Amino acid sequence: MTDSEILDGITDIVRDALEDDTIVLSPESTANDFAGWDSFKHITIVVATELRFGVKFRTAEIESMRKVGDFISLIQAKVKGA
Amino acid sequence: MLASQLSWLPQNPDWRGEFNSLVAEDGASSDALSRLASFQIDFLCTERLDTLAQRKLRKISPANLPGPPIRLAILGSSTVSHLVPAIRVGLLRRRLWAQVHVNPFGQYLQELLDPNSDLHKFKPTVILFAFDARHVIGQPAVGMGGAAADSLIEEKASHYAELWERARQAFSCHVIQQTLLPVFPELLGNNEHRLPGSPQRMVGRFNQRMRELADERRVDVLAMDNRVQRDGIGPWHDPVLWHKGKIEIAPAMAPLYGDLVARIVAAQCGRSHKCLVLDLDNTLWGGVVGDDGIEGLVLGQGSAAGEAFVEFQRYVQQLSARGVILAVCSKNEEKAALEPFSRHPEMVLKRPAFAAFLANWTDKATNLRLIAERLNIGLDSLVFADDSPFERNLVRRELPMVAVPELPEDAAEYARCLADAGYFEGIGLTAEDLSRADQYCANAERETLRASVADLSSYLKSLEMEIVAGPFDRLGQARITQLINKTNQFNLTTRRYSEQEVAAAMECADVITLQIRLIDKFGDNGMIAVVIGKPSSGDLLIDTWLMSCRVLGRQVEQATLNLMVQEARRQGYRALIGEYRPTEKNIIVRDLYQKLGFSHQRSDEAGNSLWRLSIDQFVPFDALISVEGVPA
Repeated sequence: MTDSEILDGITDIVRDALEDDTIVLSPESTANDFAGWDSFKHITIVVATELRFGVKFRTAEIESMRKVGDFISLIQAKVKGA
Repeated sequence: MLASQLSWLPQNPDWRGEFNSLVAEDGASSDALSRLASFQIDFLCTERLDTLAQRKLRKISPANLPGPPIRLAILGSSTVSHLVPAIRVGLLRRRLWAQVHVNPFGQYLQELLDPNSDLHKFKPTVILFAFDARHVIGQPAVGMGGAAADSLIEEKASHYAELWERARQAFSCHVIQQTLLPVFPELLGNNEHRLPGSPQRMVGRFNQRMRELADERRVDVLAMDNRVQRDGIGPWHDPVLWHKGKIEIAPAMAPLYGDLVARIVAAQCGRSHKCLVLDLDNTLWGGVVGDDGIEGLVLGQGSAAGEAFVEFQRYVQQLSARGVILAVCSKNEEKAALEPFSRHPEMVLKRPAFAAFLANWTDKATNLRLIAERLNIGLDSLVFADDSPFERNLVRRELPMVAVPELPEDAAEYARCLADAGYFEGIGLTAEDLSRADQYCANAERETLRASVADLSSYLKSLEMEIVAGPFDRLGQARITQLINKTNQFNLTTRRYSEQEVAAAMECADVITLQIRLIDKFGDNGMIAVVIGKPSSGDLLIDTWLMSCRVLGRQVEQATLNLMVQEARRQGYRALIGEYRPTEKNIIVRDLYQKLGFSHQRSDEAGNSLWRLSIDQFVPFDALISVEGVPA
């Protein structure tokens, strides 16, 4: 899976979670860039990402995921490690 | 789209497309929203659908919203707001719409006890108590003895049961208690039950005790513990999310959770499905009877598939025994379709089990309409089980209000599929429920008789009807409350009363109450009508008058009026005052008082009307029904 495929997947999820189909993400995007991406929506996005990519994030990892790029590299590491 | 748990619902590859076009539309059709709720969707799509539905339905006046007004409050000890959209969508799937209130985090007790709280302003009609296991069980001393553990459980259980009473006193609402999720890991292992202070064991004991108390106090249980037994705790509870956000029920499971809550709420509104309509070929037996002949059917011992069909028939028979009405809708020659029922030795279901039996070549949508009409129930009471995707899709398109489960390919899984869908969710059983299937079969026989007797009054005479009437009593209390809350059509005022209010009416010497049972030559129809009359400046005001629709057209209303007048006269009233309050459902009684000889007093712009019948001038109806038991 390429980084850009993962980015597309995360974009779909964030659009649904924030209910805005115009959202465009880059690896540099953070929660602060979007009104409504609060700590609760963050959990929604994390859970949907886990299901979509078949991975599971650790408690500490969830805390450390700040940029969309962090999501991508964690997913890549987990998919390769599996 | 993510995997979904709603396995009995069909998938829709174009769900997004339909959703987007509904977003773009100006109009607000609750039917279109219900349709989108009737596919397998994940929790993200569920939230989006809910947002859209809230936006669209806000524009509809409350009177035109689907179903009765439901105000559901969830009182929980941890995070529950992520479950709200799925509950509303679960109700939307059942053509119901609810406003939902959630307590501020952790403050369920304050909300309940403080008369100025938002909860009190909200005035819930249903309260769901959803406590997390850590909150209730706490950290017990693991080494405690059995007696100490028991008394701890008793103390906790009675504390929470006390909240039900508080809720009822404040709001006269329905109460639902969610059982605790078994989230604690075991300490001993297989023999955990030998360690009284084990948190895991305590969850089990608490749930058991809550069920007993809930039965005593007529509270309905949301059995999350049973559900977890089926799915395992893994998908339902993620300890990571618990620590992250005090989320006990995993967000991804919200669609299923919402459906579980919605089916109980729907059952409390009398909106559970009532009738299972079955196809025959490859649904009740393997093979096509018209082609393969009765000898060629796959049914019974000798093959795994044959045994699976027998077991499915047994499940259907058990559903019927607990009150689900059965019907057949099959494309067949009637003679061929009937033959297995009379001649195949392995058939569990026999012809008399079915209240309607339509085997012909007409399309199934038309036949389902006919079945609903013949049984005098709404199309939205029907569940249609058919192995053929073609027939299922045809019925879904023509009759979206009929529930059509996506039956699995293997008959061995049919029963599980029907059970998972929760169509026939039942809360509390009355004696009427347990004999309902028989009543509907007898009704169908009555219909056949009606078809063969041209003249209505000679038909009614031939039924040898008898009414047994009396004031409300403890024995009838549960069924009276059920009728008051379920009856929509023949219901003049549609006032809903809780069981407590019914009991209060019973005690009040001023109030005249009537419960009416109808018996005829085909059997006992059970309690079918309820009247509450209240004094109003020298006249008797008919506060509530309702009747089960299965006895429509049998002059029970005339016989009931005879009884009312008789009783009002005995107590010295001058007149009966009838009141009609229109709803979406009760148009059939709009002109009832006029037909019964009441004179019109006044109407308001909402269509509410008042009617008067002077007792002196009343001539009793000859209702072709004999009456036994006069009001005490």
